Amino acid sequence: MDSLPLFPDRASTIAGEIDNLYFAWLALSGVVALAVAVLTVWFAIRYRRGSGAKRTTDDVVKSEKRMRRIEIVWTVVPILLFLAMFGWSAEVYYRSVTVPSDALPIYVVAKQWMWHAEHPAGEREINELHVPADRPVELVMTSQDVIHSLSIPAFRVKQDVLPGRYTTVWFTANRPGEYRLLCTQFCGTSHSHMVGSIVVMEPADFEGWLSAHANVPSMAVRGARRFRQLGCDGCHGAQATVRAPRLEGLFGSSVRLRDGRSVRADERFIRDAVMLPSQDIPAGYEANMPSFRGQIDEAGLLEIIEYLKSLNNAAQEGVP
Amino acid sequence: MADGVAVHAPQFDDAEQQRTASNLGIWIFLATEILFFGALFAAYAITRVRFAEAFAAGSRLTNLPLAGVNTAVLLTSSLTMALGVHAARHGARRALIGWLGMTIALGCAFLAIKAVEYRFDYLEHLVPVLDFHYAGPQADQVELFFYLYFFITGVHALHVIIGIGCIATIAVMASRHTFSPAYFTPVDVTGLYWHLVDVIWLFVFPILYLISRS
Amino acid sequence: MNSAVIASHEDYLSSGWSWRSWLTTLDHKRIGILYTIAITLLFGIGGAAAAMIRLDLLTPHSQLVSIETYNKLFTMHGVIMVWFFLIPSIPATLGNFLVPMMVGARDLAFPRLNLASWYLFVAGGLLTIYALLTGGVDTGWTFYAPYSTTFSSSRVFAVASGVFIAGFSSILTGLNFVVTIHEMRAPGMTWFRLPLFIWSMYATSLILVLATPVLAMTLMLMAIERTFGIGVFDPALGGDPLLFQHLFWFYSHPAVYIMIVPAMGVASEIISCFCRKPVFGYRFMAYAILAIAAFGFLVWGHHMFVSGQSAYAGTVFSLLTFLVAVPSAIKVFNWTATLYKGQVSFQAPMLYALGFIGLFTIGGLTGLFLASMGLDIHLHDTYFVVAHFHYIMVGAAVMGFFGGIHFWWPKITGRMYPEGWARFSAILTFVGFNLTFFPQFILGYLGMPRRYPEYPPEFQVWNVLSSAGSSLLVFGYVLPLLYLMWSLRYGERAPANPWNAKGLEWETDSPPPSENFHSTPLVTEEAYAYARAEPPHG
Repeated sequence: MDSLPLFPDRASTIAGEIDNLYFAWLALSGVVALAVAVLTVWFAIRYRRGSGAKRTTDDVVKSEKRMRRIEIVWTVVPILLFLAMFGWSAEVYYRSVTVPSDALPIYVVAKQWMWHAEHPAGEREINELHVPADRPVELVMTSQDVIHSLSIPAFRVKQDVLPGRYTTVWFTANRPGEYRLLCTQFCGTSHSHMVGSIVVMEPADFEGWLSAHANVPSMAVRGARRFRQLGCDGCHGAQATVRAPRLEGLFGSSVRLRDGRSVRADERFIRDAVMLPSQDIPAGYEANMPSFRGQIDEAGLLEIIEYLKSLNNAAQEGVP
Repeated sequence: MADGVAVHAPQFDDAEQQRTASNLGIWIFLATEILFFGALFAAYAITRVRFAEAFAAGSRLTNLPLAGVNTAVLLTSSLTMALGVHAARHGARRALIGWLGMTIALGCAFLAIKAVEYRFDYLEHLVPVLDFHYAGPQADQVELFFYLYFFITGVHALHVIIGIGCIATIAVMASRHTFSPAYFTPVDVTGLYWHLVDVIWLFVFPILYLISRS
Repeated sequence: MNSAVIASHEDYLSSGWSWRSWLTTLDHKRIGILYTIAITLLFGIGGAAAAMIRLDLLTPHSQLVSIETYNKLFTMHGVIMVWFFLIPSIPATLGNFLVPMMVGARDLAFPRLNLASWYLFVAGGLLTIYALLTGGVDTGWTFYAPYSTTFSSSRVFAVASGVFIAGFSSILTGLNFVVTIHEMRAPGMTWFRLPLFIWSMYATSLILVLATPVLAMTLMLMAIERTFGIGVFDPALGGDPLLFQHLFWFYSHPAVYIMIVPAMGVASEIISCFCRKPVFGYRFMAYAILAIAAFGFLVWGHHMFVSGQSAYAGTVFSLLTFLVAVPSAIKVFNWTATLYKGQVSFQAPMLYALGFIGLFTIGGLTGLFLASMGLDIHLHDTYFVVAHFHYIMVGAAVMGFFGGIHFWWPKITGRMYPEGWARFSAILTFVGFNLTFFPQFILGYLGMPRRYPEYPPEFQVWNVLSSAGSSLLVFGYVLPLLYLMWSLRYGERAPANPWNAKGLEWETDSPPPSENFHSTPLVTEEAYAYARAEPPHG
């Protein structure tokens, strides 16, 4: 390892772009800082008290005009530069937050003070996260307690992880290896111990790693089990007598609510429907679902969500 | 003053400068107050957007008749305060004391009615933490509404109490012949503060009591 | 003037020596000194916490203190330095002393409020110190919910109350300054004859008055939520933790301008005096100060690019942040241009002012890195941010504060400080500061998170360099305290205007009489009307 490291590893596709932004700012601010420093020192020496440098101005009117022009120049030039840099950085930002549709989802639950990850295939990890290289990976994250923040410096990504809602971060790792995963939002006593590692594997190795754990039931299967244990199928199941919305094809669809609004059935909608069922009532239904607060934890909710997602896939593939 | 010549504090050049300075000072203070309540209203708005139905349900449980009476009481007190300032401007000392007394009385009436209202809320199990019970759906969110209801009306009531204290001080000063047509800045300034307390109530009243009752 | 003879025996310092005469004083100059004493003590406490932090970070494993203690140390450092040192630093000390004198008034508009604000400040400070010593707080100065409302078992309530009380002291000071500047200017002192220091105080006061109440209410909501277990911030209770962040930064971003804008004002006074030239583009500078204060209210969301706020909100905040950087850039260019064709000399205040420009430039430029959303994702909550805001709030602001203290020391105390020592500590502070905080930029880009008592070993080398630099910085900050104290007794007596400077405060005695001026001054010229032909030395 470098004894005087200057840059972190670069192990994702976005890392190079962030570095380019950084280098551009380094160059720009270097030039400005140098110009200010050189001018300050030069003026300070040339016009030091008692030096013979000429200070009088021949034409006061002309020099005032010139002063005004100079002020306008150094107001307008920074504005244009800033706008250009703003455009560039915003463009990079939008790409870095727009998750590709083919991204591989992995679920993360943060809690004081550990990272708990769950792969749809069923594998669970703590303070370690295995991901395949050369394929977009989306982390769907939530917190069991306070706000955390998932940071992977080698990927140049970071996202706060909040209780009560889901945030996502995505990346395409492109260099197999092991990198640091850090919590960057102060979360209590052992904040600095909430670190782990992210292991980037060649796609084939990753498949092998997953199948080595194939005996674990997938998240969707576990979600289905929970769905029955909590009695959800009593109302939402095929044989239910209560009038409750059917859940096949629900995830990702647009739901019309009783008060006329339409919302997208994303992770947060599902979560709120389970925990605060009386808040958003779908049009045509009664507010008679009980809240499951206290009966299910964040990891369990994620399994239910994955189960609902699997109902979509099953519907699309025409499998009953 | 007795001889009608205004005195002014040593840092000022004359009474006029002191008067404009005090007026500007109170206006700036009112701006501060508006932002103070602004933060509360922002918290209310954000939470309300999320739990519209629960907030509507909570709002329907508030005591509109008492709050309506209270609005009238407070508005009337602003009128008596304005009349007090008018009296001070014309050097009518007794009238000034009378109007200030009525303003204090109305302010106290407001607080008394508020207390009765809180008492009813308590009897209906609507006080969060202490005793909250709500049978309908989203009880937690309705409780959140009542938390904000008590917080906002409580902070407002605190302002009313401070206002009453200020007016009482002014009344005592008036009884000691402190004011004259040339110098009644404290009356003016206290009046502005009292009107602000009133205006804030005119925001509090609709957002807590009226907004979901249509 | 024959009255000057009488008054020379009756300056504001010798008008009474008893405790009582100080603790009940209504004289803005004495209240300024009371504030100076209070914030110096608090700076000592906050600085001691910083020293412990840097010592502990010498090794990747927290060996000096436990991690619980470390968390309390950085919280104590932040709370005290932000609310009990930086925010009151220039306004409550130099501002209190100079605002009436510079506008040609006998005192602030409301002297009683001014004294009350000092007592509020002390009460808030004592409550905070008491809470920090009897258990401490571990939330960080940002008090993010729901950690602060639900999970932390430390003394959040007491510290929040201390800050709440001190907030009212800020509001009263701001109110007093605005009214004084509006209403109490001497005859002839038009708005565009005001020194830029007054413009900076005016802008700062507006921020104090308009932003502080939001913080006060936010802390109150947080403290009540913590006490009663119901509220609007904790999602487990139905609240929204981002609401806390929005409200908090609505105050705390403008608060950064409360810290830096006054230092800009001080630098303008000093640079123009030691160049013997008006500040380049005076009106532009005044407008830039107001623009910074106004735009400062619209950029709070740039603290929340990775918080989960919407991408659209982030975009708007990023754009506005770039725009608020423009007036700051203008100011740096204008100071530099002020040197052009000046008669530059390098007394200690000037060295501090030049150091201020240097550190402010670096701090400002690195702020642009953070305003760039894509890049901020990587840098957010790392040491890059720590380095950036220390360059602004500590490097530049304290450089400006110390520069101002030296510049007006003769006026305030009637004594000259030892020039050699002062120049030495100005240079020492500048070098020590850069050695301490520049390595932290690199650490930040490497990804070292804030608030880590224990860190991965690859970060150690830069941490050691930073800690080594901080040992120089300590001397830079402590030395002035020693020689300034010394000068109170042994310093040469100061003439009324040792720098041959312009400005009403220099037209009266050093130290000034209680009523500031022997007769109401009449202003007939622009600010900084340094005549070119004037002899360089006063």
